[in-house]
Amino acid sequence: MKSTGKVVGVNGNMVTVNVTGLVSMNEVAYILTDGKRLKSEVIRIQGDKVQVQVFEMTKGVGIDDDVEFTDDMLTVELGPGLIGQVYDGLQNPLPELAEEAGFFLERGVYLNALNREREWEFTPIANTGAKVTAGDSLGSVPENNFTHNIMVPFNLLDTYTVKSIKEKGAYKLKDTVVELADDKGNVFNVTLVFNWPVKRAIKCYEERLKPVDPLVTKIRLIDTFLPVAKGGTFCIPGPFGAGKTVLQQAMSKNAEVDIVIVAACGERAGEVVETLKEFPELLDPKTGRSLMERTIIICNTSSMPVASREASVYTAVTLAEYYRQMGLDVMLLADSTSRWAQAMREMSGRLEEIPGEEAFPAYLESSISGFYERAGIVKLKNGEKGSVTICGTVSPAGGNFEEPVTQATLKVVGAFLGLSRERSDARKYPAIHPLDSWTKYPGLIDAEQTAYAYDLLRRSYEIGSMMKVVGEEGTSTDDFIVYMKGEFLDAVYYQQNSFDPVDAAVTPERQAFLFKQIMEVLTAELDLDTKEEVRNWINKLRQSFLDYNSSQWESDDFKSYDKEINNLIADKKVGILANAAKLMEK
Amino acid sequence: MKKVYSKIESIAGNVITVYADGIKYGELAEVSTKFGKSLAEVIKLDGGLVSLQVFAGGRGISTGDEIRFLGHPMKVSFSDNLMGRIFDGSGVPRDNGPALNENLITIGGPSFNPAKRIIPRNMIRTGIPMIDIFNSLVESQKLPIFSVSGEPYNQLLARIAMQAEVDIIILGGIGLKYDDYLFFKDTLEEGGALSRTIMFMHTASDPVVESLMVPDISLAVAEKFALKGKKVLVLLTDMTNFADAMKEIAITQEQVPSNRGYPGDLYSQLASRYEKAVDIEGAGSITILGVTTMPGDDVTHPVPDNTGYITEGQYLLKNGKIEPFGSLSRLKQQVNDKTRDDHRALMDGMIKLYASYKDSMEKKSMGFHMSSWDEKLLKYGEKFEAGMMDLSVNIPLEKALDLGWEILSDCFAPEETGLKSSLLEKFWPVKETV
Ligand SMILES: Nc1ncnc2c1ncn2[C@@H]1O[C@H](COP(=O)(O)OP(=O)(O)OP(=O)(O)O)[C@@H](O)[C@H]1O
Ligand SMILES: [Mg+2]
Repeated sequence: MKSTGKVVGVNGNMVTVNVTGLVSMNEVAYILTDGKRLKSEVIRIQGDKVQVQVFEMTKGVGIDDDVEFTDDMLTVELGPGLIGQVYDGLQNPLPELAEEAGFFLERGVYLNALNREREWEFTPIANTGAKVTAGDSLGSVPENNFTHNIMVPFNLLDTYTVKSIKEKGAYKLKDTVVELADDKGNVFNVTLVFNWPVKRAIKCYEERLKPVDPLVTKIRLIDTFLPVAKGGTFCIPGPFGAGKTVLQQAMSKNAEVDIVIVAACGERAGEVVETLKEFPELLDPKTGRSLMERTIIICNTSSMPVASREASVYTAVTLAEYYRQMGLDVMLLADSTSRWAQAMREMSGRLEEIPGEEAFPAYLESSISGFYERAGIVKLKNGEKGSVTICGTVSPAGGNFEEPVTQATLKVVGAFLGLSRERSDARKYPAIHPLDSWTKYPGLIDAEQTAYAYDLLRRSYEIGSMMKVVGEEGTSTDDFIVYMKGEFLDAVYYQQNSFDPVDAAVTPERQAFLFKQIMEVLTAELDLDTKEEVRNWINKLRQSFLDYNSSQWESDDFKSYDKEINNLIADKKVGILANAAKLMEK
Repeated sequence: MKKVYSKIESIAGNVITVYADGIKYGELAEVSTKFGKSLAEVIKLDGGLVSLQVFAGGRGISTGDEIRFLGHPMKVSFSDNLMGRIFDGSGVPRDNGPALNENLITIGGPSFNPAKRIIPRNMIRTGIPMIDIFNSLVESQKLPIFSVSGEPYNQLLARIAMQAEVDIIILGGIGLKYDDYLFFKDTLEEGGALSRTIMFMHTASDPVVESLMVPDISLAVAEKFALKGKKVLVLLTDMTNFADAMKEIAITQEQVPSNRGYPGDLYSQLASRYEKAVDIEGAGSITILGVTTMPGDDVTHPVPDNTGYITEGQYLLKNGKIEPFGSLSRLKQQVNDKTRDDHRALMDGMIKLYASYKDSMEKKSMGFHMSSWDEKLLKYGEKFEAGMMDLSVNIPLEKALDLGWEILSDCFAPEETGLKSSLLEKFWPVKETV
């Protein structure tokens, strides 16, 4: 029997309920106010007093309002048709909500996440009599260009025998396609959809593997110098306006993965709209289909209720894990994890928990690591591999990375792409600080070569700051050359124009090609005597490289710039620096 | 039936508590004191104990004062009769005009469905090169002026407002100095804009709590007009006062502060207001220009910091100029590809060079030798500041772009600019060689 209760207190979006009957932690309850049912989640139980966080505005909730408990945790629907959807943090489809309720997100309106009427072409895989466990494929339906597996629901924990399975044909979401029986003869109907609680990781796989395969983002600085891996985790902290969102947007368009899940968590609605309106028009170069056909948007923007903001990242990662179970590479982009952490802080404050640093709750760190831990590359039971890569932005107060959310995140992620205010102010995009950032993952390009370039950059920085003290006149021409080479590397390789149609996405092939050219310059012994000559030469070279970067790969323009560059280099290059001789033989 | 209670249990700061039945969260009440009546809002329910935030403040309230619950949340009248009128923070006329009671609408309503938004696309021209070229303002943008105190931020706000082609201006004053209030009134009047302006004025001498309503009232009215197809510009000055009012309440409520005394939900509170900026498919729009003064000239102070994370950029006002660094319009790329071919490249290129100029200045100030490159940059920096940054400059975008090329060609050789060759060919001014 489901429990019921009455409201006895309201404090912001936290409501206290007097309950009759049993309740469980994280159970969903509905508050009946004003003829509306406001969804909420149990977050504390003390005797017959229960505290719930309400996923809606609580204006108008009064003492003695009725409360209905559901006996279910907060779940999402998993089944075909998720791709291309735009959901709020609780998996309400926003376009349908707009049809139903108009311009505004009226509270208490909840719609099915997946279309009940649409028919799917089901092809059976399992045979009658087969023994199956959670996550095994029973059949499949085509979803866009994916084969969407219909699996044994992950919450069926025993071994089952396939009692019956439907023939190939068109079925609706809730049609039973398979009957499973357990030892005791209990029969379970499997449809195309099932529910899964968002706060529980899906673990139906053979083993977790080490993330080592590079995930290509087509951003030079990342792929070449700060690579990330499929199934890995990385974070992008940075002050406001430094370019976190633009960077993630670039990745959402260009990264080489099967599915992208964009979780707009407590950020601007306008940014989601850009994705929403642009993606259907843009093509995925890999499949030639619209980008929306590989994208799911979870959108709980800053003015939407904070409790569902807290839930939204879990909703997003659950959908990611679901598609991973089909052997796909999924990338989850969460913007911003700080807003999620703040949602936890707001609730913790209302619960009057003992606050930790900056009033964040004591469980902040474990929540953050629990979230990133849901990333990973796994070997599935059928031997295939699937991955969930998580990239979270962090918005540290005052842009200072010495704060709880950034610090807790740095402890768990595999790569750190820190954005710098200095670089973004100088319009050096992407504003990832090349020296402060780090990665634990291997990249596409020979590590020794990138290390050489990195080292040069470091020296260039050192000389640059030295020059601030001793002036250009106090710097030797050799040092000045190193300094200018570093500036050159920064200008034509690290910096990349997200708004240039060509430069925005650079294939690994082109990166390798360009990097080779860059190394020709960086390792060159140059016939330049004065600083003036150095500057002029580098300026010209930079100019040609910039034109080169925005010309179509292997086009006539490209070839002519290539020639120009080779001539420019040949003009002043008299040999290879001693410290690079071996390296360049490779 | 309206319920009346006359036994106040506690008074702390601006918050009073009373035992009452059948009260709803967010409901309004009227408190009658010997100084007159004040509105109050229910901010917490705990069993029968109701906490109310009194708009006129707790000062002088007696435990025996009468509280009458109104049975509805805060509302404001909405009609064309609002035009040209001036109200206080709780919607009471402060211009001797009649009180408006028809067609009441609730304030602080639900947020706009993102699926119903459209991508902003209309540039708002201001004649200020630092805005038009470098950080274009866009219809439906939410953008504050970050200002050091003492800067002419209200003048800048008024100037932009007068240039912008909008149907309605809503001015929300929060802790506004009386002089500034008069300044706005005069400016709007001189510009002939008063009749399409609505003011919700909370001045520095009014009770703090009343200021909390100003953004919500202003935006609720704006929303209704926007839905009717109007282009609405909402001016909110100064949002730092708004944040400080929230801080004051949070502290008297004994909430755990997160950062320098500000409550942990500062971000969400500010966001729920700024996010009302919207461009509506088939209807009007709301553009929000705010002022956020920065305590101690510090951008990392919690108020500007949280604001920066919410808004679509900011104009940083310092030494009477809009600073190129620290200023940002995030929507500029929605419009600056449709103005002129060279707009984007010039915007980036000129700023990069200005950054180099700053480096040279630093070297110079340390007494280093200036190379010929440094000399060029110094010349450039001066021209840039005079031609582009000076707030007295008032020229249309195209003229400003031409001026940009002029400045560049006065100072540099084409390949020194870092601009693409195709643009240089098209736009580099041909000069007679001397
Ligand atoms: N790669 C880029 N190329 C060109 N411009 C960029 C780039 N990245 C960022 N910008 C500029 O900076 C602005 C702010 O970037 P973005 O919105 O990504 O910042 P953010 O770090 O997400 O800020 P917030 O934390 O406030 O959300 C953009 O609107 C754009 O004008
Ligand atoms: Mg962002």
